[in-house]
Amino acid sequence: MSLTAPRADAAPGSRGAPPPRTPAQRRRALGLDRGAWFLLLPALIPILILSVVPLLYGISLAFTDSQSGRTESTQFVGLANFADLRFDSLFWDSFRIGLVWAVCVTTLQIVLGLGLALLLDQRLRFRWLARTLALVPWAMPEVVVGIMWRLVYHQDAGVLNKTLGDLGLLGLFGNGDNVDWLTDLALALPAVIVVGVWAGMPQTTVVLLAGLQNVPHELREAAAIDGAGIWRRFTSVTWPALRPVVLAITALNFIWNFNSFGLVYVLTQGGPAGETRLPSLFVYEEAFTYGQFGYAAAMGLVLVGVMAVLLTVFLRNRLKEETP
Amino acid sequence: MSAVTPATRRPRGRTLRAAAGRTGQYAALLCYLAFLAFPLLWLISTSFKSPQELGSIDPTWIPREPSFDNYRAAFDAQPLLRSALNSLLVAGSAALIAVAIAVPAAYVMVRNRSRVTRAGTGWVLISQMFPFVLIIIPLFLVLRNLHLIDSLPGLVMVYVVWNLPFSLWMLRGFVKAVPLSLEEAAAVDGASRLRTLGSVVLPLLVPGVVATLMFSFVTAWNEFFFALVLLKSPENQTMSVILTHFIGAEGAADLGPLAAAAVLATLPSLLLFSLLQRRLAGGMIAGAVKG
Repeated sequence: MSLTAPRADAAPGSRGAPPPRTPAQRRRALGLDRGAWFLLLPALIPILILSVVPLLYGISLAFTDSQSGRTESTQFVGLANFADLRFDSLFWDSFRIGLVWAVCVTTLQIVLGLGLALLLDQRLRFRWLARTLALVPWAMPEVVVGIMWRLVYHQDAGVLNKTLGDLGLLGLFGNGDNVDWLTDLALALPAVIVVGVWAGMPQTTVVLLAGLQNVPHELREAAAIDGAGIWRRFTSVTWPALRPVVLAITALNFIWNFNSFGLVYVLTQGGPAGETRLPSLFVYEEAFTYGQFGYAAAMGLVLVGVMAVLLTVFLRNRLKEETP
Repeated sequence: MSAVTPATRRPRGRTLRAAAGRTGQYAALLCYLAFLAFPLLWLISTSFKSPQELGSIDPTWIPREPSFDNYRAAFDAQPLLRSALNSLLVAGSAALIAVAIAVPAAYVMVRNRSRVTRAGTGWVLISQMFPFVLIIIPLFLVLRNLHLIDSLPGLVMVYVVWNLPFSLWMLRGFVKAVPLSLEEAAAVDGASRLRTLGSVVLPLLVPGVVATLMFSFVTAWNEFFFALVLLKSPENQTMSVILTHFIGAEGAADLGPLAAAAVLATLPSLLLFSLLQRRLAGGMIAGAVKG
């Protein structure tokens, strides 16, 4: 499983059976002795102060009229923010865009990532080149990815218009003139989605590849000797073993993509006319441009809620399929 | 998969089919390579082009008169060096602190099963779902009360907490790989917990700790959202934020210096990532599959 070290004899800790108790482990508070608390606290305290407390604070903010730079004190307003939110069509537009973005990007990341992982699992030449290249987008700051694709999409100095022009394909996207990809109402969102796929596919590939390498080689060989074709071998040997990894990375990618901010902020700032304004950009503007902290927190809470529901439904359905 | 049995022992029809499959695979690989590489090459190419060339209507892959002028201009246009130092300082200290407190915590989480450590593991998973937009507003208010807005120490604190889940996740995998028998031997010899961690477990964890450190550094170096919200004055801003200043308010950008600065900002991450690629996949899978 692990590429880091063999761990044949380390199993007791991870598979149910408790590790043998040493004398020091017998004096406990909440199941931990003093030494363990001593080791745990340096991590626990910052987590509590800067992660748990803000989270709870953020949830409570959603029920107040907190604003930036106001002198009078913040009032508890109950569900008023949520009532307003129901009729905020701009927010729901943004929400819809966020869903389209997250679903498209995640699907393409998984499909293309799986394709690349299967290729990299073969003994092909230039595999090293692809492996190296696949790491680059992962290592790049998302701001740089955004800047880079701005250069690619640039109307006059961009390589995309030039290549399409050379191939005589520009007519497909308009009247044959250079296309301004990131400000065109119909093309901006697809253009941004391509960037999202480019930026996230490598990480997906690396995880899937590691998952593939856990599929026992003997199984595939046996299937090949029994005369199973490539497709047959994939569906009956590789896929069942890879499934849990695919499920996990799909769920994670969906969350990451839905929360994505920097890429689109740099590419379009949400434009043109809000066509690429992801929910995270919308909430950011509401909070830090207009200073509506309470209202923005309510939006954030709605986003988390919807996301949690979607993921539960997705994972439950998938898991049901698994156990017939 | 098709290379598993030697092609020579197969009937001819199969050999042909295998050859066709191989060609198809190479064609697919080529497409992937092109998709992954072309924006990078274009970025590098743009960074060496003169303003006149960038203004011309017929862009080329290879700059006609390549020069380093854009790189010089990038340093003049924005406080690039200052921001790089800020990024280095913030990312470096955040990574060091995060890993220093994550190592003991990960050790306890693996070796002691209790309600607290289970809650910790749950938190690691849930924190992956936090929408930053929900956390950033209260975080902003908390830090403002502590007078840590627009300050590098404030950002370091945020990054430490933000890096912790993944650091814990990776280190858990590495700790699990340490044979329990070694620790038992140390305990039998009368070594305290701290002593065991320091002199038995830690030396075996060094590769994992280094990998986690590098990953945390890269994450913090690349981070944009928190830095954008929490840092206001240009002399405090990190490189990611400074880069966006190259794009003018109305989206008109000075393309050459923009490309040059983008290349420069990528170099440190890229260097560390190339050193760390093998460990990273291992750590993620170890943490994920063995959970």
